[in-house]
Amino acid sequence: MTTTPRWRALTHHHLFWPVAVLVVLLLVNIPFTPDFFSIKMTDGHLYGSLVSIVLFGSPLILVAVGMTLVIATGGIDLSVGAVVAITGALTCAHLSEQADQNALSGVFTALAIGLAAAVVCGLWNGFLVARMGIQPIIATLIIMVAGRGVAQLITDGQIITVSSEPYKLIGGGYWLTLPFSIFVVLAVVAVTALLTRRTALGLLVESVGGNAEASRLVGIRSRRIKIMVYVFCALCAGIAGLMISSNTSAADGNNAGLWIELDAILAVVIGGTALTGGRFSIGGTVVGALVIQTLTTTIYTIGVPTQTNLVFKAAVVIVVCLMQSPKFRAKVFGAKRAAQQPPAPAAPADTAPTADAAPKLEVS
Amino acid sequence: MAEPRPVLEMTGIVKEFPGVRALSGVDFRLFPGEIHALLGENGAGKSTLIKVLTGVHTLDGGSITLSGRPVRFAGPAQAQQAGISTVYQEVNLCPNLSVAENIFIGREPTRFGRIDWKRLRREAAGLVDRLGLDIDVTAPLSSYPLAVQQLVAIVRSVGTADGEGAGTKVLVLDEPTSSLDRGEVLELFALMRRLRDEGVAILFVSHFLDQIYEVCDRMTVLRNGTLVGEHMVRDLDQVGLVQLMIGKALGQLDELHEHQLHADVGEPLLEAEGVGRAGGIEPFDLEIKKGEVIGLAGLLGSGRTELARLLFGADQPDSGKVTVGGKEVAMSAPNDAIGAGVAFCSENRKTEGLIPDLTVRENIILALQAARGWTRPIPTAQRDELVAKYIAALDIRPANPEARVGQLSGGNQQKVLLARWLITRPQLLILDEPTRGIDIGAKAEIQKLVVSLSEEGMAVLYIAAELEEVLRLSHTIGVLRDRKLVARIANGPEITPTRILETIASGEHQ
Amino acid sequence: MSTTTARPKAADSHPTSKAARVLADRRLPVMVTAALFLVMYAAGLSRYQNYGFGEAQVFLNLFIDNSYLLVAAVGATFVILSGGIDLSVGSVIGFTTMFTAWLVERQGLPLVLVIPLALGVGALGGFLMGYVIHNFEIQPFIVTLAGLFLYRGLCLVISKESIAIGDASVSSMAQTQVSLGGAFLSIGAIVALVVLAAAFYVLHYTRFGRRVYAVGGNEQSALLMGLPQGGTKISVYTVSGFCSALAGLLFTLYIQSGDPLHATGMELDAIAAVVIGGTLLTGGSGFVIGTLFGVLVLGLIKSLIQFEGTLSSWWTKIATGVLLCAFILIQRAMTARRKT
Repeated sequence: MTTTPRWRALTHHHLFWPVAVLVVLLLVNIPFTPDFFSIKMTDGHLYGSLVSIVLFGSPLILVAVGMTLVIATGGIDLSVGAVVAITGALTCAHLSEQADQNALSGVFTALAIGLAAAVVCGLWNGFLVARMGIQPIIATLIIMVAGRGVAQLITDGQIITVSSEPYKLIGGGYWLTLPFSIFVVLAVVAVTALLTRRTALGLLVESVGGNAEASRLVGIRSRRIKIMVYVFCALCAGIAGLMISSNTSAADGNNAGLWIELDAILAVVIGGTALTGGRFSIGGTVVGALVIQTLTTTIYTIGVPTQTNLVFKAAVVIVVCLMQSPKFRAKVFGAKRAAQQPPAPAAPADTAPTADAAPKLEVS
Repeated sequence: MAEPRPVLEMTGIVKEFPGVRALSGVDFRLFPGEIHALLGENGAGKSTLIKVLTGVHTLDGGSITLSGRPVRFAGPAQAQQAGISTVYQEVNLCPNLSVAENIFIGREPTRFGRIDWKRLRREAAGLVDRLGLDIDVTAPLSSYPLAVQQLVAIVRSVGTADGEGAGTKVLVLDEPTSSLDRGEVLELFALMRRLRDEGVAILFVSHFLDQIYEVCDRMTVLRNGTLVGEHMVRDLDQVGLVQLMIGKALGQLDELHEHQLHADVGEPLLEAEGVGRAGGIEPFDLEIKKGEVIGLAGLLGSGRTELARLLFGADQPDSGKVTVGGKEVAMSAPNDAIGAGVAFCSENRKTEGLIPDLTVRENIILALQAARGWTRPIPTAQRDELVAKYIAALDIRPANPEARVGQLSGGNQQKVLLARWLITRPQLLILDEPTRGIDIGAKAEIQKLVVSLSEEGMAVLYIAAELEEVLRLSHTIGVLRDRKLVARIANGPEITPTRILETIASGEHQ
Repeated sequence: MSTTTARPKAADSHPTSKAARVLADRRLPVMVTAALFLVMYAAGLSRYQNYGFGEAQVFLNLFIDNSYLLVAAVGATFVILSGGIDLSVGSVIGFTTMFTAWLVERQGLPLVLVIPLALGVGALGGFLMGYVIHNFEIQPFIVTLAGLFLYRGLCLVISKESIAIGDASVSSMAQTQVSLGGAFLSIGAIVALVVLAAAFYVLHYTRFGRRVYAVGGNEQSALLMGLPQGGTKISVYTVSGFCSALAGLLFTLYIQSGDPLHATGMELDAIAAVVIGGTLLTGGSGFVIGTLFGVLVLGLIKSLIQFEGTLSSWWTKIATGVLLCAFILIQRAMTARRKT
């Protein structure tokens, strides 16, 4: 065996595969764009492919981070795209009515109104899922369907344009030579990481998603936890909505955040969080979102027609899901694995009663 | 009367699972027109035998003869075609379809490829009528209570076997009565007797001894995968039966039994008055004192687990009240009990205890963390110290707090669950079969732990299948039988396993 | 003796009252939807009578303008009845319009060849998705999501631009009117009604149809009752793929062009129509006739908004969402009551 323990530890790290995919995707670009990794300084702003990947990927990272927590509880949120549209629409609608669009107070009120709407959407989703006991995919379908209508209602079917310098900063401005949105993303990711790993929220979320009944019996108030993650997810989507509308200085109720829920779910899955819930990885999700954005950029730079982007994405979804499916792994790698694995460590005495005592589990 | 030829003979049945021999050379026979009970405690091999018979498991040794012909089933469908029908405890029907459809689905009568609904309903009604039931076959199954659904499941299996030519020869009923009330049970028995009189051989599994004596003609007892005996029901009394099931002659049991009673118990801690739940356990009164170990003795399915779950709020009681330390506790959710200082280790470690994806450390601190709420995480240093302390105290192996708990052995998983609750310093610890499926060493350690916890003043409600284990540890023994707490016995030198057995068998304590 | 004990006991276990029985009736949601449709139609009549709302053609236009949605929703009904979900519907429709337009216009293939080809591609895609869902136990949601991406991507691979269809046989077919007294139906509407009738027959009079209900009601039970549950699941997605492709053909006929962005998000309309039509999203309960009413209600909302004139098109989405929400809550109440 040539594999050293250190190498094995590395390949077994939960971030190994997502990062490996990202690195390979980045390297693919070099033969086509030799200066892919170079970063230039122009007018006090940094430019380069890497910067733009992060810049364009920012909204997706935000939405995907929120989605990660929802998926970790065993749920899903299909409404994030609609929430992106609603937040952008409300904020821009409020801003455009201001006499002085550059006044900070007006901008902050507009931001608050937009984000409050996002929180309301999250509360509604959380209420349906946790209180009413409706399956998450169904519960969040409601806002997914109606939300875009609401966004268009707010914008009156038009694309509202704003010309506010402070607002433009969020998604299109620069700060300390870098796009400001990168700082927003960093802040949200940092807050999420703190919230989940410095408090016990992460543990409780993973517990609820990992075994709901055991969590109930251990006294976890899973309803509160669920409502909280749906609100958080909607809030992340709201910030992404601000970013998208700020970047274009316009709110488009119809197209803002279109399909972002699907990309976000994909990013979470690539990042190694299983759709069945339980263990989650915020870092993995960020890498997953970057993979998706890099894929888009790469397809563009290597000269493949951009329209094939979706076909590649479909291929990624299929491959990632097949790799996560225990049944598929058993079918494809089954023989190999069985040979490699040492005999199961479980005491024989443990299998006897379960084989006999749990027939109800097997037949029900 | 000369004994007729058996319709089914299983000889020398062997079934092995990785690392364990579930059945070693079991003989079993069924006669036409009899109701035959299959009995045994956990791990005796009842379910395995049924699964071998119904084609779910393949044989590793031995042979099956049906109506004189050797048979070998590759799957449940084949067994069914040969005339062996099975009805499980859980109703495996589709509640969204009508009764008639449930009886016929998969073999609906058709005309020119089109389902002949009229004929389907007519035939279903005929079948239901023939079996002496009064059920509207056009109503959706979900509009009937579970008991009737159970009857429909039997009608389906009888009908399916008849429809496919062979006719029902053997009907296997695997714990069909566990969630039925008395009236419903009578109805089921009427149907069973009717089928018996038609010449069907019925294999009946039930945990209720009274039911066995009420309806069965013959019984077979298994223990640890071997045949213990086959008896006519009228030839063996309940005490004899329980001895066979538990597996030791009475005198022998008493020699093994040694008391290890310890410190006096303190003031009352928990009082339950008339607490009960329909379909779970009849209302019971129970008082638990500080430092007291109460052992629950009873056969599998006697209501041990149901009692424990009610005291923890895992199921909500329909009646009665629970007070802990003089204060009434609502028991509407586990949170209420946990708040009052009650902890509960379920018998189903995997489904109701562990979060298999999380680490040993995370699993251990979960209950404490849940009680503190998400905003107040346990400080890292304190957490690591606590976890290290309990890993060492309970000797959890590997002693690695970062190991995934799903990969530990059964005994170590059990210790993780114990640690999870001990860390919360409960006043009452409920342990439901904590020693099941774990090795001897871990078993002894857990029992020692119970003794020392009780000495420290913690009350323990201890459920175990082995009577010696209960007797060795308990100050008081609660005896359960057929979903009823029938006796509370203060432990002492004069209390022997024999006396407990007699109480279990007769339902009375002398 | 056993007879006498059994009879009176079983009688007790009958559904208690007539009222309870009506509430437990699975046809109730369909009737609610049908009543809703009638009320909405009556409201439209009283409000827009002078604007010609009462004309028979306005009513028949509901079928003409929503023929493709009806076919797609019928396919989705099969999937949802079996307890699954198909998100690829809209993309398959879009792809079929592109594929058809491309074959007819760019490759010059005759329509008789193109139609079976397009239907075959749709059905094959559905089959593959069903195969993956069943054999690898991956959630239908994520598998059909991959289908959504793939078909939409393939649209764009064929062409980024929309392809207009100038083929004479297509336009003559599109303009054919089947007279019905004073009004008429299009070929698309008739195909949709035929599909609806066929689906009704299959779901209620064939063993396959009943298996769909059984699998949706309780998959484990279906398996233990010896029903080929895997085959049923795969077939259901194949049916949905086929229906989506057929819906795509009707859409092509209706709009006479292929466009890579056609029918974006139509899976949501189809799912909404099915749910509003009274089919449980958890599977096992519902009627394809309800789906017809669901589609008609959605269609009626659109035409009411058109007649109103001052209302904008986004009200359609909002109204759809509100109805969806109402029906999901009704479903929830019904299932909660059934369990207790």
